[in-house]
Amino acid sequence: MSLYIKDPKYLTAGESCVVVEFADEIDRGANDAVMNLKKHLLTQKDIPIVECLPTYRSLAVYFDPTVVSADEVVSAAKSAPEFDGGDGQALFAEISIPVCYGGEYGPDIANVAEHAGITEEEVIKRHSAKSCHCYMIGFMPGFAYLGGMDESIATPRLTNPRTVINGGSVGIAGKQTGIYPIDSPGGWQLIGRTPLRLFTPEASRPTLIEAGYEVRFVPVTEEEYKKIEAEVAAGTYQPLITEAK
Amino acid sequence: MTMELVIKKAGMLTSVQDLGRWGYQSSGVPVAGAMDLPALRLGNVMLGNPEGTAALEVTLLGPEIEVRGSGAAVFAGADLGFTVNGKAVGSWRAVVLNDGDVITFKGPKGNGCRGNLCFAGGVDILPVMNSLSTYIRAKIGGVEGRALKIGDVIKIGEPAALWKKLEGFCLPEDLDPAHDAGAPLAIITGLQEDAFTEEGKKTLFESEYTITAESDRMGCRLEGAKIEHTEKGADIVSDAIPLGAVQIPGHGMPIIMLADRQTTGGYTKIGVLTPLSMEALVQKMPGSKVRFRRADVSEGAAEQMKIKESVRRIKELRLSHVSRTHSEAPKPLSGHFTLTVEGKRYEITCEEI
Repeated sequence: MSLYIKDPKYLTAGESCVVVEFADEIDRGANDAVMNLKKHLLTQKDIPIVECLPTYRSLAVYFDPTVVSADEVVSAAKSAPEFDGGDGQALFAEISIPVCYGGEYGPDIANVAEHAGITEEEVIKRHSAKSCHCYMIGFMPGFAYLGGMDESIATPRLTNPRTVINGGSVGIAGKQTGIYPIDSPGGWQLIGRTPLRLFTPEASRPTLIEAGYEVRFVPVTEEEYKKIEAEVAAGTYQPLITEAK
Repeated sequence: MTMELVIKKAGMLTSVQDLGRWGYQSSGVPVAGAMDLPALRLGNVMLGNPEGTAALEVTLLGPEIEVRGSGAAVFAGADLGFTVNGKAVGSWRAVVLNDGDVITFKGPKGNGCRGNLCFAGGVDILPVMNSLSTYIRAKIGGVEGRALKIGDVIKIGEPAALWKKLEGFCLPEDLDPAHDAGAPLAIITGLQEDAFTEEGKKTLFESEYTITAESDRMGCRLEGAKIEHTEKGADIVSDAIPLGAVQIPGHGMPIIMLADRQTTGGYTKIGVLTPLSMEALVQKMPGSKVRFRRADVSEGAAEQMKIKESVRRIKELRLSHVSRTHSEAPKPLSGHFTLTVEGKRYEITCEEI
């Protein structure tokens, strides 16, 4: 396992894609470098890029090889301003995700409390105390891979996974926390639910959380949950996103 | 007047596909799109459509469709026995459809297993995330995010001018992708190539693999000699999966990632197939044998240029076809006309000379 943030690898990924790799492990500094490179490439108007896909530790750059060559894409990537990296600060934005914890919204919160040897209130406090970093979106549409959860509330997955989990459910699996974007089966310990829709295919911006975002869970009461839910359904809810300077 | 398609039988797996849903992989949304991309592009330009126009992707056993209104179509892909009103049309030949016509498929003729039923004007459905491609796993795009079923009615858009003159327009033989079934598939090596031992790479490039029945739109699973990883193993921290990636998990058998692949994954990839090798692969039936050879980026890029050149050539040929049939069957402009220009009346007589 190693980091090579200052001297990334340019991996051949067929004739229409180059992967710029900064590490072979999960690392916040490498992920910041990925986001930094993405930001840089999207401003290079003379290098037509089909799409940039950021992951934990690398950026896949998709292009049309009949319009631009792989070498030109690599040169454009190399022209990115040097990145000092790894200060753990939000590079892009912080988003607030309201969560109603416990009860029918988070039926497994007692498991997490018991596993950590703390009260349910303390689980909520620790889960919402500090923001998590979204390293990438993947696995299913809108699913955010979050890192940085308070490890004291880490809990193994359910031994018997559920066949249906409501979209918006917030769960814990080992040291990871995450939100199910759409109804799906799964084995995460469910501690709460957000009324926000994380994935809306017909919207101009289909996913609420983007790779590189800091995600802050904000505890809300059931009453507030229902109010936000109604606003989301009516299309009047504005998620709280603070753009970085 | 535009056209509507009434689905009488769904076929084995018929879905709306275009060139794919690009631009949303960073939201975790797979690209999807037609399995045989060059065929879709060529089929569309034969009809005067933009090359990325959505069509119906047909798999092995095609649908039965009743036509309402009129229009033009071409079946772009392997010969699956495309038939109109009981009369064989086959692949790569444009046909004009009239109200009440019935499209059927007689079954695969042995040169492949899928194709795109393209219509002049294209499938007219609201796009989802800028694409009409159906991604069935997440129920996105196409008709309600699913494969077609009996009773579906699909609207076709406004065709390009002179579509009635397309009847009989054929793909030139040299552009027909009749694949050399025995040719090895070309892999542009890269990505996690160094996760495999020299022996492992030798195994991949010197052995014969069989396409298994578990293959689908997501991946083509192969069976054969086990490919050896180095001591670092087959698992990596998840990264991007390009179209055509040759992924080799711990069991040592290659899986070639196709249209419905996930955006990211945690298995080692030894390289990526070239576009024409991909086209050859997606036409192969389960049970087919494949071999591999090494290729480089320039070979893949040259193939993309070749496909682009074919598209350009067909655009020209279509224009000359529709204008030729146009002048061969002229409606002579003859007779008496009355023309009023700025209040003045003109009597005009036209005669053929």
